[in-house]
Amino acid sequence: MARNFFTMMKSTAPSATEPSTAERTVAPPPPSMKQDAAAGVGVHLDPTLEAVRHDFTEEVEMALELRDVSAFYGSFQAIDRITLPVPRNRVTALIGPSGCGKSTLLRCFNRMNDLIPGARITGRIDFGGRNLVDPNVDAVEVRRRIGMVFQKPNPFPKSIYENVAFGARINGYSGDMDRLVEDSLRRAALWDEVKDELDKSGLALSGGQQQRLCIGRAIAVQPEIILMDEPASALDPVATLKIEDLMRELAEDYTIVVVTHNMQQAGRVSDYTAFLLAGEERVGRLVEFGPTQDIFTNPLDQRTEDYITGRYG
Amino acid sequence: MAARQPNEPQAQPPQDTVRSLLAELWRDRLQPSRPGSGRETSAGRVIHAALFLTATLSAFVTIGIVLVLIFETVEFFREVPFLDFFGSTKWSALFAEKQFGVWALVWGTGMIALIGLVVAIPLGLMAAVFLSEYAPPRVRAIVKPILEILAGVPTVVFGYFALVSVSPVIRDIFGQDVGIYNALSAGIVVGLMIVPIIASLSEDAMRAVPRSLREGAYALGSTRMEVSLRVVLPAAFSGVVASIILAASRAVGETMAVTIAGGGNPQFGVNPLEAVQTMTAMIVQLSLGDTPTTSIEFKVLFAVAMTLFVLTLVMNIVAQWVSRRFREEYE
Ligand SMILES: Nc1ncnc2c1ncn2[C@@H]1O[C@H](COP(=O)(O)OP(=O)(O)OP(=O)(O)O)[C@@H](O)[C@H]1O
Ligand SMILES: [Mg+2]
Repeated sequence: MARNFFTMMKSTAPSATEPSTAERTVAPPPPSMKQDAAAGVGVHLDPTLEAVRHDFTEEVEMALELRDVSAFYGSFQAIDRITLPVPRNRVTALIGPSGCGKSTLLRCFNRMNDLIPGARITGRIDFGGRNLVDPNVDAVEVRRRIGMVFQKPNPFPKSIYENVAFGARINGYSGDMDRLVEDSLRRAALWDEVKDELDKSGLALSGGQQQRLCIGRAIAVQPEIILMDEPASALDPVATLKIEDLMRELAEDYTIVVVTHNMQQAGRVSDYTAFLLAGEERVGRLVEFGPTQDIFTNPLDQRTEDYITGRYG
Repeated sequence: MAARQPNEPQAQPPQDTVRSLLAELWRDRLQPSRPGSGRETSAGRVIHAALFLTATLSAFVTIGIVLVLIFETVEFFREVPFLDFFGSTKWSALFAEKQFGVWALVWGTGMIALIGLVVAIPLGLMAAVFLSEYAPPRVRAIVKPILEILAGVPTVVFGYFALVSVSPVIRDIFGQDVGIYNALSAGIVVGLMIVPIIASLSEDAMRAVPRSLREGAYALGSTRMEVSLRVVLPAAFSGVVASIILAASRAVGETMAVTIAGGGNPQFGVNPLEAVQTMTAMIVQLSLGDTPTTSIEFKVLFAVAMTLFVLTLVMNIVAQWVSRRFREEYE
């Protein structure tokens, strides 16, 4: 089975072994995602790489559109030509086994990989008519508009208040800072727990509270998109549920992309799911993308089904 | 001798003591034994004893010095009232009309240390920020050792440098009636001397700040400057402050450069362009002179040394306390 799957990864023509549960057209991708969403035609994102995309069951705008995004660490290619839409005001989950490039892909969205010497991205990421991958686009500006929450909570060794105010301050926010801090903490579902001790160090909070503080800190910059890399993996079940509820709420105003290893979590919180997989050369590729419901109940690719049902990963 | 076979059986009982010692040492390395575990070999015990002796010896030397200081200081205060020493700002130990107001010396010390810090803090912190946050690894690998070599330059060189290079510039700026010996010149070179302490220790503290904090700041749209100055530097606060206090304590104890360039004029004035005398310079002057060891001028030397010792001791304790008290614990 495993051998079969790897040969599938490498074959350039549609394999004969693929499941016949759905019709797959091999037409080239249509010019515009939005059009295609309206038309509601299921197509391959890229037939040569065998990524399949499910029909959109709703009409939705895209916050980001990736086209053939590859990322390299030095000479090592971590992800290969990923083409993926990210619907606006929805939660999109990136799932896949360890090392398949989920974090790498997520860090392409806000140019975090720029900070790693030797890291490089190619392809296009359309964001409001601009290509984020273009080196002329200011990475600092990108990160102001696309926030990020990390796997391990990383509050600054400053007070709770200053943690939240930090991003706004450096971005020259001139409004009422107290209000901004309160609003952000309310949205991060942390206000009631900390409103009487805003001067306390952010590090003095519990892990789950710290993570919500980090979410509040990201919100305070008023980003359009919030990226989360396994935001609950270091937390206990109760704190995890809080973060999940929070993601659902935040999706009303923000676009959220979340990396998770937890299938139940992906099923619970996300509207769309992208499944990535790395072959034996460890290069991550997109296998399947679609509404979470469809991906979980009716995966079109055997490998997706195997992963979701826990047969490997 | 032929090359040793890796599977050669254990060597025969060693013939002489040196070889047996080496053999035992070698066995020690292969089977590390904890003291008191009962597996310690005789060579291990010898080494342990030697190390213990060395450690206790230096402790005893320190205790001995402190005891001598205390003893002689007590002797001094038998002859000179406490208030004449700590309650006055006039110092004239070598005149007929003797005055022992130590504040004149503490003042000179403080002024030079302060000037030194004013020079060294900005330079040291800028160097630390550059090395920790900006310099590519290859540049840091070259620059940091060079900076630390600066700390190894004999201080007499700095004193000479103050006289031949710094003072003339000061006179060019402030007028030729400024003396060649003055607090500013000495303070500046003391500052240069302590830059490596601040730079090196602060850089260590900044580099110990976890990468995740930097990433968190970048992810909010910070520039590198904002990350360095508003996140990393404050996060390294305890280490930075400790480095500054240690540097200050070094400046207070600095002797050669201030003896050469400070001017030997114990006084209690605010003008940094005048000559001053530090506690250390006074000690040099008193101990170099032909003062008899029973005289009061000789005994005051110990009282001044005691004051200096307590001052630097307190500073070192404060530095340690600060770095413990304000250290952030990151998992
Ligand atoms: N800084 C780096 N330098 C070199 N290679 C890297 C670096 N970061 C990640 N990689 C490699 O890129 C590949 C993808 O890593 P990535 O962290 O994106 O995987 P992931 O899907 O997030 O895994 P996990 O689920 O374990 O977090 C891996 O093979 C990894 O070894
Ligand atoms: Mg990851």
